[in-house]
Parts: sequence; structure tokens; C-alpha cells
Amino acid sequence: MAPGTLSGLLQKGAIWGFIVLELIFFSVAGEFLSLSDKAFMDLDNMLLLLKQSAPIGIIAMGMTIVMINGNIDLSVGATFALAAIVLLDSMTWPIFAGLGDGVIPVAMALALLTGIVLGAINGFIVWKTGVDAFIVTLGAMLGYRGLVFMYNGEQPTSHLNWTLVDLAEAQPLGLHVATWALLIVTVLAWLVMTRTVHGRNAYAIGDNREAAVNAGIRVGPHMMLNFMGIGFLAALSAVVFYSESGSVNPNDGELYELWVITAVVLGGTKLTGGAGSVISTLGGVIAIQLLRKGLGHIGADTETVNLVIGLILIAVLFLDRQLNIKGKEALKA
Amino acid sequence: MSDATPALRLDGIVKTFPGVRALDGVSFSVLPGEVHALMGENGAGKSTLMKVLGGIYQPDEGQITVSEVPVVMRSPLEAKAKGIVFIHQELSLATELSVAENIYLGELPRKSFGRVDWATLNARTNEILSRLKVGFGPGDRVGDLSIANQQMVEIARALTVDAKAVIFDEPTASLTDAEKVVLFDVIADLKKDGVGIIYISHRMEEIFRITDRISVLRDGQYRGTLETAKTNEEEITQLMIGRKLDLSRSEATHALGDVALEVRGLTVKGLYEDVSFEVRKGEVLGFYGLVGAGRTEIAETLFGLREPSAGTIHLNGEEVRIHSPADAIARGISLVPEDRKGQGLVLGMNCRDNMTLPQVDDLTAGPFVADGAEIAIFDQYRDRLDIRTPGWKQQVGNLSGGNQQKIVIGKWLSMHPDVLIVDEPTRGIDVGSKSEIHNLIRALAAQGYAVIVISSEMPEVLRVSDRIVAMYSGRIMRTFTAETVTEDNLIQAISGIAASAETAA
Amino acid sequence: MSETTDTGGTRAQGAREGRMSGLSKEKIGGILARQGILVAFVLFMVGFALANQRFIAPDNVLGVIRSSAILGVMALGVTFVVISGNLDLSVGSMMSFSTIVVLDLHDQIGPALAIPAMFGLTLLIGAVIGFLVGYLRLNSLIVTLGMLSAIHGLTLTWSGGQNMDIADKEGTWFSVFGQGSVLGIPVPILIFAGLAVVLGLILAKTPFGRKVYAVGGNGVAATFSGVRRARVVFMCYLASSFCVATAGLIQASRSLGSQNTVGQGMELEVLAAVILGGASLLGGSGTIFKTVIGVLILGFIKNGLLLVGLQFYVQYTVTWVIIILAVWLDIAAKRGRLWSPIA
Repeated sequence: MAPGTLSGLLQKGAIWGFIVLELIFFSVAGEFLSLSDKAFMDLDNMLLLLKQSAPIGIIAMGMTIVMINGNIDLSVGATFALAAIVLLDSMTWPIFAGLGDGVIPVAMALALLTGIVLGAINGFIVWKTGVDAFIVTLGAMLGYRGLVFMYNGEQPTSHLNWTLVDLAEAQPLGLHVATWALLIVTVLAWLVMTRTVHGRNAYAIGDNREAAVNAGIRVGPHMMLNFMGIGFLAALSAVVFYSESGSVNPNDGELYELWVITAVVLGGTKLTGGAGSVISTLGGVIAIQLLRKGLGHIGADTETVNLVIGLILIAVLFLDRQLNIKGKEALKA
Repeated sequence: MSDATPALRLDGIVKTFPGVRALDGVSFSVLPGEVHALMGENGAGKSTLMKVLGGIYQPDEGQITVSEVPVVMRSPLEAKAKGIVFIHQELSLATELSVAENIYLGELPRKSFGRVDWATLNARTNEILSRLKVGFGPGDRVGDLSIANQQMVEIARALTVDAKAVIFDEPTASLTDAEKVVLFDVIADLKKDGVGIIYISHRMEEIFRITDRISVLRDGQYRGTLETAKTNEEEITQLMIGRKLDLSRSEATHALGDVALEVRGLTVKGLYEDVSFEVRKGEVLGFYGLVGAGRTEIAETLFGLREPSAGTIHLNGEEVRIHSPADAIARGISLVPEDRKGQGLVLGMNCRDNMTLPQVDDLTAGPFVADGAEIAIFDQYRDRLDIRTPGWKQQVGNLSGGNQQKIVIGKWLSMHPDVLIVDEPTRGIDVGSKSEIHNLIRALAAQGYAVIVISSEMPEVLRVSDRIVAMYSGRIMRTFTAETVTEDNLIQAISGIAASAETAA
Repeated sequence: MSETTDTGGTRAQGAREGRMSGLSKEKIGGILARQGILVAFVLFMVGFALANQRFIAPDNVLGVIRSSAILGVMALGVTFVVISGNLDLSVGSMMSFSTIVVLDLHDQIGPALAIPAMFGLTLLIGAVIGFLVGYLRLNSLIVTLGMLSAIHGLTLTWSGGQNMDIADKEGTWFSVFGQGSVLGIPVPILIFAGLAVVLGLILAKTPFGRKVYAVGGNGVAATFSGVRRARVVFMCYLASSFCVATAGLIQASRSLGSQNTVGQGMELEVLAAVILGGASLLGGSGTIFKTVIGVLILGFIKNGLLLVGLQFYVQYTVTWVIIILAVWLDIAAKRGRLWSPIA
């Protein structure tokens, strides 16, 4: 066995092991502490958990690809909010008045298009200016948030379309629509990253950009495509979430970028790019949601969740380093 | 030979940058089945020429011809498509991906929906790997391969196209001798297939071993082509630097002082074992051996960068324990590291700040750094080491390799160390500066410094050392004095031949 | 033979001419790269001043600087962290913590004890981060991301999820840090300016400052030169948390009451100011002076837009454009071409 394989395996499986530990812990602790009579691993509870994972999870799939690619996107929260506004508001536009419920796919398409365009802007700037994606999307996080506010001032934007709400609350084959969206996006992202030329090139670029350039991969358009992808997914996440809630505040989606990155990093994607897995990201997303629900289940305050997630993130980083360290052979520099 | 159609011909290639005429009418041709060395000092235009050939730069004037077809290349991909392939000095691989994915990087075979056609990919890869007779498969992760095997992956990449010319840029820089032999076999195979090969290297022995002709660049200009069989080292060097080079060894005439550093049974598990030696004041102790023999690791241990698992270190007769570079510096040990840009210098800082960095805590007036004292130190060592720089404000990254190395040496001399360790003193430094640095090392010894020189270049280690420690696979095989050393027994010692003899005895 | 000499001569001449024109170009590029942000700042101020006279009225200018002081003080500390080659995303959340803690302790143990206690606790958190990033060598982005969340949790736990208010808002001298003024200059400005001078001198003139640049420029080379990298990084995080505590003090003193989330989102605004000032996220470059300019630009943009009748949120979008333009022109000047070489 080649060196590093063991720690590699551990890393790949670790997030699922962690999820199992969480399940056991909260089930057992819940027996003693829980105020409700319901078991933690109740089917409805788990289905709800998956549904609640969807908004962050869908974006996290895009973030995984972008981070494997060697970039990062801090603007997803603002994109999420802007797409939500477009979704809800466009249904009230006079030009679509004659469409009836036919406005729903139109509004969805417009929202998704918004996400793609915002992603494309980020990607284009990264490509053409050569400014680091961290800075470009940090700026865009502010800039797109400004657009969100400009749309409707500090007022919330609301529109409830009951057909849309029914659609969003449906549970085909027992799973919520949001859960289906998350699962389908995960499978598609997994197929793209493991089976397609684009996905393999994404790994190559993140791993060794210079080599990819020398091999003739058009890195600029490739990265732009990935930014369009994450923009699309941020918008999709908004479509899934706001179809049901019907109202968006201009501050919605704030700090989403941080939650998403936390999930991706918990899933083991390297910050420097070149390595990571979509499936492990799903694990990271579920692990965080499980923690939130689990702490609530055992009666812990909601504020504890933040504390625990923060500490776990640092602990994961620490363990990862310990697994990879080469002991005394290591150079102290 | 002139009757054959050249695989690659350059005619009057000119490339200018603002302020520099980097290439000034370079013309030569490479024949099919020929290994053609390209030589020149750093800054002579080799790398610019390579970038022109690789499609990264477009020439301002001149014509490149591949097999009598004029070509224009606007990107690396186009260059490759025209049959010009590079084996880069710094490996250009994605280490997390498989061998097959790396070989066909940028050209993965596709199926519908943009899917990778793995069957075709692996079949093609297997075919190429079998030509190279390597011991790894298409699915292996490149990061798990040895450096030599990674280089084979690069070479396999060259074989995916109908290569007319393959350019090797310092390919042996990090290879062991055994691995070099495999590489040279592959080059011989390419030669047999009628590929034209450009071979870039500073290492004379390799040039004479495998090349057919040698073209030399100086100051961006083509200086001529020599037939390897009919020339010698001196002629090449003269063509490269435009003057005669003094390669003679300056004899040590000074007396040696007390033992400055004594190492007994030093061991770092997995890297080297039971290493004992001593260095006297006024002496240059050379460490010679292959890459990976443990020489650099010994230096790093002495400098507090590694924890020894056993053994003792005595400085001026007193036992010391060194846990960090700061410890080492405080005790009078200095290290000029092998990786100048990575370990020796902060390239974005200016010359003065780099030079005074280890002692900046002591160069203060009140709470602040004393500018005057710093500049005085810089001026002193600039003059003493003849560092050519417009001034102390110059960013170190803008200096030539030789001047950068002098900054590093100046940094440590200004600390007045008892023991100066110099690891690969002239790596990546042009021929002219090399001899300057060699003379400097001898001069330092004459002034009473105890100097350890680690080198992979035999002429260098022979030239500067009073005694030579030969290492093989983490052990000291033998210590030679100037009287006992010959090239033959040095080579035997570092390649482990003496080891088997010793165990037999 | 004569032919060779001839070409040599032409070549040398060509090179000399080329070098001269190159030098002047380089000089212009260099000035732009070094002082571009300052030039932009001046142009910006002149533009807005022409559009609206009130913009450069002394009370307006003081008002802008005063309202930038909290962000500014935090940016001073983050400048140290960024130059040392790391990030600090936890400052916003940490500022909320400081504010809540000092307000809570104010009524329990009195301001004279509350302030040092709050500084102690904030520095302790800074020391934890410094230990994780400096001594354990963990990735600073993730560590501070985790700390952002963890400190937020800590703040909520401390406050029990409630807003924090001082009981006797009229009768406390505590309000002096946020609301007081000396010789007509508001105290927050004095704190900001004083801290900027002290930290600026430390960074530019002391051995420690030199080592911060060395560690950020090339940490390995710094270690090979005997610099104790871990200690330097640790100290940078301490400096950052000290600045955060000061910002929390100003914030608390100004409002004498606060939500748990008062600093939320500021980490990225602070980073924006530091980047706008021209510090590279790779480390090794940036100055306190430039960061102050970055902070002021953000403050004046906000103010200028308000004065010409635009809403506060327009500044977000304007800031976006300015940050990207600033960084883009900076790297364009360094690489000598406007557009990226990425294919």
C-alpha cells in the first residue's frame, strides 16, 4: 500500500464515520435529556433533516467544484438573495399577467438565469483580470448585496403563489422536493467531476494550473463555467427555498458562504484545490445539519450550535494535519 | 550530416522585451536522430528561446521550421500539435490525477455528453507505457510515483504526438545515477526513432556522454555550433563566457586551527545514521554524494531544523543541543541553504533587509531598527563580496542568481559564524559567477572560518575542499584528503561500491 | 569579425534605448502601483467636493473619520495578520464579543475593571487563534472561519441571546471613548489616529515589523534566517485581537447598548479595506498608512453617495467596483499588462 493511502481512506470515510457517531450520540443522549418523547432517529425527523440541508447543500456542490478548481466563491449568499427576489417579484410583473400559473416556470428560469449571469460576471473578472477569486468574490459579495438592496430598499419582497407552494411542499416517493433537488444535484455534480472531461480538467487545473495551461486546457473559460455553475446552484437553492416561504428579506443568505465553505471543508476538499469529493461534501452538509438538529434535540441552546461547529471545524483541521504529519522526519520550517 | 532534412530549424529568431533584446538572431538546426545540446550561461537567452519554441512567446522576427514546414505557434498546444514537445525541468504534472489522465492532459478522449472515454484512454496509455518499459500503470496516482517515474510520465506525454523535436530542460537535476541511465536509454530510443532532441544542461559530463552537437548562446546571440566529438570543455566554456575560465584549484597554504565542530554518531531515523566528522578552523570539508544521500539533512540538523534521534554535536569543544535555527545562529552556525529562492531569500524584500534579517533584533537604536548600521553592514559586504546591485533598495528578486547567492553568503558572514555550511553553493549559477564563489569559499577558509560545502558536482567539491566526506544512502562511506582522493574512488564511494567491499572485508 | 562587432554595437545601443523607455514606463507603472490608491483617493475626493461643497466641510470630514474609526481600528490589526501571510475572518464576531462583554461587565464590576477584563478575554481569544495558526500551523482561513462561528456562539451564550444595555446611560464616564471629544476632535478619531501611528511605527520601523514582512514574504526563508515564525504570527494575532478589543470598546461606549451581532459581516468589510489599501493576500506587502487610506476611501464613498442623495447600500456596489479596479490595476502594473495572461 502506498504511503498516504491509509490517511487518504480515513479522510474519505471520516465524515461518514462522524455522522454515524453523531447519530449514536444524539440518540443515546436524547434518551436521557430529550424533552420530547420522539426518538432522534425518527423517519420524519430524518426526512426533515435532509430537506433542511438542501439550501446549503445545493450551493455546497457548486462550491466543491469551484474549490477543487482552485478558486472560492464568497458571493453565493448575495446571489442566493438576488435570485430569490427575481423569482418572487417576476411573478407579479404585468407582462406575465396573462400567463396564469404558467408564470412559474418563467419566474424560475429568470431566477436561475440571474444566478448564471452573476456567476458569469465573477468568472469573467477572474479570467480576464487575473485577480484572485477570493478578492473578486469578496467584492461581489458586497456588490451583489448592494443590488439586492437597490431592488426593494430595506423592504422584504414577498409573493406567495399557492400552486408554487404546493409544488414545493410535495413529497414524491416520500422525499421532499428540496431533498430531491439536493440529491439530483449531488449525483449530477458527482458524474461531472468523476466521469467528464470537464470534471477531470477541473481537478487538473486546481492541482497544477501551469501544467493545465501548458497542456492547452483553456483555463479561463473553464473557470468561468464553474462560476456560472455555482451561480446557477445558488439560484436553484433560492428557487427551492423561496417557492415555499414566499418572502425574502434583503439580508437573507448572509453568512451562507461561510456555512457552505464549512461544509465543503468538513467534507475534506482541499483549500488549495486539486482534491475533494462531491459525495464527501454531502456528508459535510448532513453532518452540520445533524449537529444543529441534534443539539436542539438534546435541549442544548441554539447558540451552542455555533460554538460546536466552529470547534469541530478547527478539530477536523487539526486531525487532518496530525494524520498527514511525518513525525520526526519533518523539517521544522 | 548537412544533407538530412532538419527536424527543427531556427532562422534569425529575434525577441525583444522592453529594455532587453533577449534573442538576437538565433539560428541553428536540429537533425532527426540527433541529440543537440543547447548551452549558455543563465541569462544568455535559453529560457526565452524555449518559450518561443513552446509557443509561449511569439518571435518578433525569424522563422521556425519543423521538417521543412514553416510553423507559427501561438500557444503550447499549437507547438505540441506541430511536433515540438517539452520535458520541463520543473515537472508539469497534476499529482492528484492518474498517470493516464496526466499523459493525455488537455486531450482526454471523449464520449457523448463530454464523458471521458476511459477504455480508449487506458488502452492508449498502456501502449505508450510499454514502449517506455516502466513499472507503473495508467491508473496509478502520479503523486505516489518517484521523481524519476514522474519524469517518465512527462516523457510518455511527449510520445502521444508525432514528435519531431523533443526538448529536455535540465532533465537530470533531481535524478539519481541509476535513474539517469534509464533516462539516457529513453533518449537513445527516441534518437533511433528519428526524433530530433534538444538537450539543455549545465553538466558537462552529460553533454559529452549523450549529445552529438552543441550550440551555444551568449547575450541572446547564437555563438556557434560544435561537434561534441571534436571539442572539449574548455572550448565550450570559452564560447559561453567569451573568455578563458580559471578552473585550477587554489592550493591551501594556510595552517589549520582547532576543531570548530565535532559530530559523533549523529542520526536522524530514516534519513541518515551514525554520522561522525569534525571540521577545523580554516578548513573546507566537502560533502559529496548523490541526491538523497543525507547530506542536506545533516546540515539541516546542525542548523536546528531537524531533531536528531541520536548522537552529539560539539562546538569549540563544548557539547551543544540545537533546537531551532535561532539556536544555531546564536551558537555561531550559519547555513547557506540549497534552495536559494525558497529558503535563502525573501525575494520581495530589498537587498539590505535580506542581509540583516538574522541580526535585525540587535541592530536597534531605541525601539527602532537603526538604518545607518544596517546600511553600513550592507555596504561592507557588497564591497567585500563584489555584489553587483544598483543599491540596497533593490528587490532581491531582481538580481541574478550569482548576486543573490552572494547576498545569502553576505547575510551569514555578517553574523561572524564559527561554522559556515554552504549547501550547493553554485546551483543554477552561471559559469562565471561559479568560480568567483569557489574562490570566495577558499578565501573564507584562509581567514579562519570552518566551512562545510555540500555539493553534487564533483569538480566543485574537488576544487574547494581540503577533505571530502563521501556519503551513500545516509551513511559516511569514506573521508578523503586531498592526497588520497581521485575521481574514480570518489565515484565508487558515493555509489555504494565501496560499501559492498567493506562488508565483504 | 567586424560584422559581429557591428551587430554587437547596434544591439547595445538598442538595448540602451529600450532600457531608457522601459525605465520611464516602469517608473510610471511603479508609481501607479505604489501610489495608485492614493492618487485614486485624491481624485475621488476632488470629484465629490466639486459635486457637493459640503463633502469637504470640516465637520463632515470629521464625521466620516469618526464613523470609520471602528472599522479602521480593526483594519489596523488585520493589516498585521495579512502582511504575515494569514487571514483573520473572526474579527467581526470577536468585536461583537468584546462589545457584549464590556457592556455586561460594566454594570457588574464597573467600567474601570470591565475594560481591562474585556481586553484580557479578547486577547485570550486572539492568543488561541495565534496558537492554532502560528504554533500548530493550521490554515488561517479555516481556523478563523471556525472561530467566527465559535466566538459567535460564545457571545450568544454570554448574553443569553439578549441585547445588552447599560442600566445608567447618563451617569457613566464610560461613554467618553465613543462619544467624548478633546479640543473638538472626537475621541474615536484620536484612538484611531494614535493606534495608527503606534502600529505604523511598529510595522515600519521596528525589528518585529521587519520580521512580519519577512514571515509573510517567505516564511521558510525567514525561519532559515533564525526568525521564530510561529512567535511572529502569534504576535500578529494578538495585535489583531487588541485592535478588535479597542474597536469593541468604542462601539460599546458609543451606543452604551448592543445587539449580539453588532460586528457581523465586518470581517469582510475590514478585509476589503486592507486589500483596497494594497496589501496582498499572499502576504509580505502592505502598510498601515495604505490601510488607513483604504478605510477612509470606504468611509468617504459611503458619505459621498449619501450626500448626493443615494442610499447607503449603493456604497456596497460602488465598493465592489473600486476594490476590483484597485487590485486589478495594482497587479496589472506589476505584471506589465492589463489583461491576465490566462488563456
